[in-house]
Amino acid sequence: MSGFTALVARDLRLVWRRPGDVAVVLAFFVVATTLFPLGIGPEANVLARIAAGVLWCAALFAALLSLDRLFAADFEDGTLDLLLLAPWPLELAALAKCSAHWIVTGLPLALLAPFLGVAFGLDSRAVLALAATLLVGTPTLSLIGGLAAALTLGARKSGALLALLALPLCVPTLIFGAGAIEALATGGDFQAHLAVLAALALVTLATTPWAIAAALRQAGE
Amino acid sequence: MASPLLEVSELACRRGGRKVFEGLSFSLEAGGLLALVGRNGSGKTTLLRALALLVRPEAGTVRWQGIDVAAEPEAWRGRLAWLGHLEGLKGDLSVVENLRMAERLRGEGPPDIGRVDAALAAFDLWELSDRPARTLSAGQRRRTALARVVLADATLWLLDEPLNALDAPAQAAFRTALAKHLAGGGLAIAATHADLGIAGARTLELA
Repeated sequence: MSGFTALVARDLRLVWRRPGDVAVVLAFFVVATTLFPLGIGPEANVLARIAAGVLWCAALFAALLSLDRLFAADFEDGTLDLLLLAPWPLELAALAKCSAHWIVTGLPLALLAPFLGVAFGLDSRAVLALAATLLVGTPTLSLIGGLAAALTLGARKSGALLALLALPLCVPTLIFGAGAIEALATGGDFQAHLAVLAALALVTLATTPWAIAAALRQAGE
Repeated sequence: MASPLLEVSELACRRGGRKVFEGLSFSLEAGGLLALVGRNGSGKTTLLRALALLVRPEAGTVRWQGIDVAAEPEAWRGRLAWLGHLEGLKGDLSVVENLRMAERLRGEGPPDIGRVDAALAAFDLWELSDRPARTLSAGQRRRTALARVVLADATLWLLDEPLNALDAPAQAAFRTALAKHLAGGGLAIAATHADLGIAGARTLELA
């Protein structure tokens, strides 16, 4: 376990040394969401209705933006070999990398989203619900994105390929994430949506570390 | 003569459909040093990576004290210290942070300060210890990576061109560290073009 915490701590420290990388992702999230009112027009009821979908999509794209460097940096400087050679399971290392990614992207996105939700005219209940769905749903995005990043490691145009691989797999999370807010507004079952989101997160948590580790071993050959 | 700790028998590897080597057998006992020589592309790096289980061999076995290392990969990896083409340094971390981090990533707790200091001193890295690794020269990076190998306190060193980019004093420091490792019963396998300068080293030529 100490290797796991060491790896999370290392990745957080590396981000701390280069805060710009995270700032770009968060700025993208803000800019991308504010483009929608400009494109669609200022009708408050329309904006409030599409707010959850827009914020969820923007969060998904923002998370993807930072994923192509997740393993590529370690691959290029040789630290991936050190991880492959560490005397503890590579599956834990994969989980550690995705956890660090979530802490610096998913978590701040979930905390930032309520403010943007208010700007879209969501009421306070919907704003809190939005933050809750993002908190529960973004770990799935980090894990699926981590798998796509590991699979595309060393490929040319890996960024585009990564998005093509990850986006379809993120669709269920997107549907239930945005659907939860919709359900809240229309009197549907919000908790059921949240439970499905949590189930999706747990399923990816239980499967992707093994797949990521296998892909990393393949990349190391 | 002591019985060999490491036994490699009939190892064969394939890269991109091409046979790199086959039928490779050798053994190494405590304190033994094996120099891998051969032309570029003869499979020195592939052999090192196969020994480290980074590359799956097509055939053959690697045994440590008579046990197939693939059966207990984590125990085996714990015995290894690795120096590849790439140094495995994070540019944004300082030299000493890189050393500490590498040791913690081996699953050990934070390394003893005395041991880190000794590894820094062995490769004359005192002056550089707070410099971010991205500002180092090629030779300085190599020295940092070698200090990491020493710090790992592993039984078997797998070194790919350890003398690359090292100046004369650094080469001497490396020889001292290697001799100390071997004298303590450690083993080392190094792919090299230059003479390692250790008496009693065996040589394996890859064609």
